[in-house]
Amino acid sequence: MTKTAFSSLLMTPVNALMRIVDAPLRRLQKATGISGMAAFFLAPNMLIFGIFVLLPLVINFVYSMTGGTAFFLSERSFVGGEQYARLFSCVDYLDPMSCQEDAFWTAVGNTFWFVLLQVSLMILASLVTALILNRDLVARSFWRAVFFFPVLLSPVVVGLIWKWILQRQGLLNYILYQFGAEPYSWLTDRTWTFAATIGVSIWAHMGLYTLILLAGLQAIPKDLYEAAEMDGTRPARVFWRITLPLLAPNLLVVVVLALIKAVQVFDEVYVLTGGGPGTSTLYLTQYIYETGFASALRNPGLAAAASILMGLVLVVLTLLQLGVGRRSENKGKR
Amino acid sequence: MGAAARFILRRKGGPGGRGWHWTDIVTWVWLIGGLVIMFGPAVWLTFSSFKTPAALNEFPPSILPYVTSQATVEGYDKPLQLYDAKMPDGSTRVLAEVRRIGIMAQMVDPKAPGEIIRVNINDRTPVRSVSFATENYTEPFVHFDFLRYLWNSVFVTVVATLITLIVNSMAAFALSKYEFRGRNLAMLIILATLMVPLSVIMVPLYSIISTLGMFNSLWGVILPTVATPTGVFILRQYMLTIPDELIDAARMDKASEWQIYWRIVLPLTAPALAVLAIFSVVWRWNDFLWPLIVLSRRELYTLQVGLSIYSGELNVQWHFILAMTVVTMIPVVLVFIFLQRFITTGIAGTGLK
Repeated sequence: MTKTAFSSLLMTPVNALMRIVDAPLRRLQKATGISGMAAFFLAPNMLIFGIFVLLPLVINFVYSMTGGTAFFLSERSFVGGEQYARLFSCVDYLDPMSCQEDAFWTAVGNTFWFVLLQVSLMILASLVTALILNRDLVARSFWRAVFFFPVLLSPVVVGLIWKWILQRQGLLNYILYQFGAEPYSWLTDRTWTFAATIGVSIWAHMGLYTLILLAGLQAIPKDLYEAAEMDGTRPARVFWRITLPLLAPNLLVVVVLALIKAVQVFDEVYVLTGGGPGTSTLYLTQYIYETGFASALRNPGLAAAASILMGLVLVVLTLLQLGVGRRSENKGKR
Repeated sequence: MGAAARFILRRKGGPGGRGWHWTDIVTWVWLIGGLVIMFGPAVWLTFSSFKTPAALNEFPPSILPYVTSQATVEGYDKPLQLYDAKMPDGSTRVLAEVRRIGIMAQMVDPKAPGEIIRVNINDRTPVRSVSFATENYTEPFVHFDFLRYLWNSVFVTVVATLITLIVNSMAAFALSKYEFRGRNLAMLIILATLMVPLSVIMVPLYSIISTLGMFNSLWGVILPTVATPTGVFILRQYMLTIPDELIDAARMDKASEWQIYWRIVLPLTAPALAVLAIFSVVWRWNDFLWPLIVLSRRELYTLQVGLSIYSGELNVQWHFILAMTVVTMIPVVLVFIFLQRFITTGIAGTGLK
């Protein structure tokens, strides 16, 4: 069977369905006019959107002001700002362990250091990769794809791949063993595990940012470089005076996008370390998840309060991004 | 060989005689290193997934999956382990181990099983051969309800992507081809919530899903994800480029608005729909946190949830987990192989993932 015959066979029932749908819609159009049809086309998306995004956004505030372990709002009692007060009650504000909700502040601290290190190292690695990919390379699209590969992998797969490599009988120990080192259980060491979560998430996400930066580099007019070469400008100077200033808008967008993503880190870390050992890789999203759902002492109100605080950070970052994005007329999202 | 190396390493466009600059060396070290680091872990996992549990526990590990050879010897019920044993006279013979006492092993020649030969265990090495433990791939179907997880994942991915395409394209059509009051407001709301991540709304979203009776249901996984602002955005940008004259001409011919959407606008939006479909498939296939919250019954797990639950158990059966991980990677690797150029240029243009 030819391809067109196959696709027409496939489309026949779909087309028939569309014709059946058409008759009542013509009547609707006659009754409500063109503007009614606009509403009709918009309705399904906005309805789903309203129920599953806008409504939760609003009732999250109500949630954060109620107590108890029940999930239905009607079964929850109003407690005012108690959940927030609980999050912020500390003996010494410089020591997370002195707080009533020490897990929250541990998660905040971990997330802070994670975001700082992951974003700065990842942007640096992405920038270097983009600069290299922007050279006159043979098979550039192949090399670009190489760095993009992990971006498509699911976070669970990423976590499992690295759990397998970092375990005692894993590839890393094998490589080090070739140089005479003893096998080591990397994922039972607090510092190494923390470093591993940073490294793994850089590995998994840097391809995306490399692509965006590469697009920015390729948009820089070639004649600027030619003029610089004719003037005999040193390469380092060309980088600081031409490349970096012209890439700055893209760089800003990429930094903010990476920040927004890093604040929400969860999936791959949860699979790789489960937040451990101890609480050394417990990040904010996992704290919210465990407080809201997983732990025996679940407290949805507290989780909602924590998620609102996290949302505030994201709002600030988003506004920053919209401002930056407008100035550079770039469209970054999700 | 030299010519091939020159071809691969040549700096395109550069004058041939200029020789190597230090930046060329950095470039190639970085690229080759990147190749190893980006692909190596997945390749290593794939090789490992074909090993037997015994081989997985070995240290140092072998790259390829090996199994030790066994032989059935006359006079012994069980198959015996084969070894290359060094004889006192310096020659090497293949012997089967009968039993071991301390550091001495009692062995027999499989061809002449009558005579017991005593060998020091340091003078022998197991006979091994490359063998792929494909039972790692077939047994999870029996042990883990693997087929069910696979089906759940495929169902969620396909249904969510179809709904996303329909619902988003309808909204994008309204937002690009109609002038009405509140259009800008609708667009603004969609754009503003572009950044509402799951981690901020998961507690109330869970209560809404429970109220609607969609807890422990695949629909509870699908519905919250389908009205993607990103999708509306891409499709709308694309539909804006379709000339309004086409639509006016269709109206003259008495086409209904639904026909205009279905027969004129949608076919012309095919490239953007294809991009959104690819993104949606990858997103929904990879989703983890939300299915983890909504699905608590084992028979409803998606692949991602099932994998994470089983890999977090006390006695991790790595040989099954690794094989299941490889299967989970397959669709994404296919997308990568066939569509990477398409995706990478698409992402570079819009900055979205």
